[in-house]
Amino acid sequence: MSDIEQLVARATAEFSGIGDAALLEQAKARYLGKSGSVTELLKGLGKLDPAARKDAGAAINSAKERIESALNARREALRHAALEAQLKAEALDITLPGRGLPTGGLHPVTRTLERIEALFRAIGFDVADGPEIEDDFHNFTALNTPENHPARSMHDTFYLENAPGLLLRTHTSPIQVRYMETHKPPIRIIAPGRVYRVDSDATHSPMFHQVEGLWIDEEVSFADLKGVFTDFLRNFFEKPDLRTRFRPSFFPFTEPSAEIDMSCVFCDGNGCRVCSQTGWLEIAGSGMVHPNVLRHVGIDSEKYIGFAFGMGPDRLTMLRYGVNDLRLFFDGDLRFLQQFK
Amino acid sequence: MQFSEHWLRQFVDPPLTSAELAHSLTMAGLEVEALANVAPAFGGVVVAHVLAVDRHPDADKLKLCRVDAGQGETLQIVCGAPNVAAGMKVPCALVGAELPGIKIKAAKVRGVESFGMLCSSRELGLSEDHSGLMALPSDAPIGEDIRVYLALDDRLLTLKLTPNRADCLSLKGVAREVGALTGVPVVLPPIREVEIASDRRREVVLDAPAACPRYCGRVVSGIDAGAPTPPWMKSRLERSGIRSISAVVDITNYVMLELGQPLHAFDDTRLSGAVHVRYPKAGETLLLLNEQTIEPSPDTALIADERRALALAGIMGGEDSGISDATKDLFLESAFFTPDAVAGKARALGFSSDASYRFERGVDFAATREALERATQLVQEICGGQAGPVTEALDRGHLPKREAVRLRVPRAEKILGIRLGAEVAARLLQGLDFDFTCEGDTFTVTPPSHRFDIAIEEDLVEELARLHGYDNIPARLPQGTLAILPQNEQHRSVWRLRRLLASRDYQEVVNYSFVDASLEHDFCANDAPVALANPIASQMSVMRSSLIGGLVSNLITNRNRHLERVRVFETGRCFLRVAERQAPQDAEGNQIAGFLQPKRIAALAAGPAAPEQWGVPPRPVDFFDAKADVEALLSPRQAQFARFDHPALHPGRSASISVGGMVIGFVGELHPRWVQKYELGMAPVVFELDLDPVLQQPLPGYRETSRFPAVVRDLALVVDHEQPAQPLLEGLIASAPSFVREVVLFDVYHGKGVESGKKSLAFRVVMQDTEKTLSDGEVEAAVVKMIEAATQKFAAKLRS
Repeated sequence: MSDIEQLVARATAEFSGIGDAALLEQAKARYLGKSGSVTELLKGLGKLDPAARKDAGAAINSAKERIESALNARREALRHAALEAQLKAEALDITLPGRGLPTGGLHPVTRTLERIEALFRAIGFDVADGPEIEDDFHNFTALNTPENHPARSMHDTFYLENAPGLLLRTHTSPIQVRYMETHKPPIRIIAPGRVYRVDSDATHSPMFHQVEGLWIDEEVSFADLKGVFTDFLRNFFEKPDLRTRFRPSFFPFTEPSAEIDMSCVFCDGNGCRVCSQTGWLEIAGSGMVHPNVLRHVGIDSEKYIGFAFGMGPDRLTMLRYGVNDLRLFFDGDLRFLQQFK
Repeated sequence: MQFSEHWLRQFVDPPLTSAELAHSLTMAGLEVEALANVAPAFGGVVVAHVLAVDRHPDADKLKLCRVDAGQGETLQIVCGAPNVAAGMKVPCALVGAELPGIKIKAAKVRGVESFGMLCSSRELGLSEDHSGLMALPSDAPIGEDIRVYLALDDRLLTLKLTPNRADCLSLKGVAREVGALTGVPVVLPPIREVEIASDRRREVVLDAPAACPRYCGRVVSGIDAGAPTPPWMKSRLERSGIRSISAVVDITNYVMLELGQPLHAFDDTRLSGAVHVRYPKAGETLLLLNEQTIEPSPDTALIADERRALALAGIMGGEDSGISDATKDLFLESAFFTPDAVAGKARALGFSSDASYRFERGVDFAATREALERATQLVQEICGGQAGPVTEALDRGHLPKREAVRLRVPRAEKILGIRLGAEVAARLLQGLDFDFTCEGDTFTVTPPSHRFDIAIEEDLVEELARLHGYDNIPARLPQGTLAILPQNEQHRSVWRLRRLLASRDYQEVVNYSFVDASLEHDFCANDAPVALANPIASQMSVMRSSLIGGLVSNLITNRNRHLERVRVFETGRCFLRVAERQAPQDAEGNQIAGFLQPKRIAALAAGPAAPEQWGVPPRPVDFFDAKADVEALLSPRQAQFARFDHPALHPGRSASISVGGMVIGFVGELHPRWVQKYELGMAPVVFELDLDPVLQQPLPGYRETSRFPAVVRDLALVVDHEQPAQPLLEGLIASAPSFVREVVLFDVYHGKGVESGKKSLAFRVVMQDTEKTLSDGEVEAAVVKMIEAATQKFAAKLRS
């Protein structure tokens, strides 16, 4: 092997034995620096005769290139090893939990209310609101409730002390009256809110929620009521095959009136404990707005007709999420509430 | 309203199963709440005659009976019932019979063979009575299947009637409805006028015709009031949930169930002179059949004779004039009391009666006399006696009116959304026995006397819909003009706020709007809260004027369940009494004069600021955590915080919150006084804001961003320890030239290097012009100006 070849072999061997970037640069100087072995060889070319100079130059340059290449390869290897070492050193226990605040959640019933609002907004229903301390005119009289109706008694309705004729609204229907007093048809609203009745046991709370719906226009029929409410229930429960049943009933403020049943969402109408084996669940009251109600708010009951419905979002929530005790909603027990994130 | 299906089918018998019949009633608005078998399934039980009873040789409590069960030979049966006696008729389960839960086999009982079992009512599943054998009437046919003899293959229908359908509070009414629904003819028991065999009569005078426009009475003399009620009647009454009392009382109840007319029977010998219907005299009292002595209100009509009050009209009879087994002469009353006269009266006295229940909803005023004839007929059949003539007092002017109602078929079709046609309408109205005339597709309908719920066209539309079947009205998705609902971008939805607080680790709660008065006192210093006249409990007796009390209660509830870290929020109305109508902040909350009902949003945080976790030193939640939550709720608007006294809060750790110069709420640490009283441990922090101002948000506006470099200077200003930071910050901003883009407080320091009683506030000032690069001179001048302002107004010194 020529001297030059030996030089290349030595340099390559030396470089690959070095594990430190600074030492590598020192080694580089020994070969390629100003007085390095390769530089010295190049300096010696001048002493050769021109014929030999050409061949020797080519050999030396080739050796230089190969040494530089070995150097660069080693530099790259060292950089790579350093990065590897850094990454290894920086590695985390990624199974440790994330830091910071967790998230809270909405109350299950307001979650339901939000959903109901969104579903009805999607078909153009606005959301209306009203006072919870009401007067008996808006809560009863304007809704065609007779003076001696049992619902007006202190047995059923909370009255305020020292404020004759003022009460806690027993339903969200007075909102529709107030809305109709200030808006002209066509009217399409839902009115969610808290309502109050003198009642407290396993299935009744003295305060609960209702959502009232109202659509008044020149051509709104009972068939539309059936369509809209059925469509709502199917979308609320995300059960396209859910069935509804409208039964004749009686409310002072609608005529004709209908109680709405839906096929039980637990057994799909086959009968189970929740629906008392009937396959049906009572879910809302509804009907065509009574002409006296329209007359009270100055709407021409010959020209305009409409439907109204009232449902209990607490019950819808219970059915949707399988809650079996109404009182849990108003207990403030975080172990219960935090299940509805 | 509960009754036997057999009874109904005697009047109208459509080709429907029990379940189908119940379904069609429900779908016609007479909701069948329950459909139950009278007796459970069993078989092999017959009527038996106990021939002889002997002692069991080896058991004191057992008897050895010889029984004729119509099986050709007498049976030996061992029986332990205390009432077993020779001669009685009882149900006997034969060998091979299957009773609820047991199968009867021939067996040896204490060494004696027994071929069957004599049964109690409970053993047949008919009642809970297990005191002894079920005694059957002496004429019960030996050997007859007990299911046939007692009609046990019957079912009970329970109707949940709406208040407008009082006409269905009788078998006659329900039968009429079934007839209309199915087209099957209704056959009612024939009612004829009884033969007048006595001239005894009692005059009737209507002194209160508005309460009672029609009264029919009759004396039936010489009856046997002790005669037994026939088993068929007893059984029907029992299947309607009415206990048999005595023949005459049972008859009045039976006729009430059959025809819907409540009746009353007086002992005629206890009456004196004419019977009057009148209002009470001052101070008049009456002892009722339920042994309650009442002083009737002046608007409660009474039945009275010449001397005294006898009964509460249409509600309940009096004790002193009632019948007994010794009664020989009856005075039977069948009257029409108007709904307005009876409504609410029984409830006000604390009870309800079958009679008042019917009268206050409306009884057929044309069938008064017919019911009296029917009752007389039954009295004569069961108790004998001679009927006197009917005395009837009538004031036609006060009878309910039955005005003709117009029905336009096209209008009905529009309301219902179906095609019906005049012919179908006519057929449906005929089915209901409504009188009508028609001209084209407009009908003029006169409602019958038994219907109190037909006054306007829509009432008839409902009748058509009911009989046509709600199920036969299609469910149609409405077609309408599609218009976008307006959405005000400067008014956020409350859902945004709820989600925002939830994302900051608050859990929403819904608390009662009524609270204990002590919460109002403690957390609002409100000693005159809006109170309920009829609260259901003292801890729910006043309306809240703040949401804070409820949130503190939530904290206590959860602390009791060993939850240390509690973060809750609520949105809802609060209730305040105000002198007069105030300028509305939220229009809906201001609609009742004398009250404000603002909507608020409030939160409470207690315990560690963050859940215990690695790498984060634990610290309790504090004022500034809550303040950051408030700032996040209000962002992008900037709130001003000022010292503030609030009864619920620590005076040094609370602030009012203002936006645009208006106070909209507060934030702070709970006052140590309440922390101690309610044993809360570490003080929770709370805030409460009026909801409406929080929902407002400005429309974002574009400002040019600068292409020139920003210059940043930090200023550390030493001020008195008491000096609040916010005015100083605002003073710096006010004194800064327009190119100062931002001034932020980034550090608060006191301690080494700062004079005691002082603190150092460090501000970062960012300057940037949109037109040019700022010169050093401009920057320095701005800084000098800001320092001067701080020095002059706040005695601040630049920290060296």
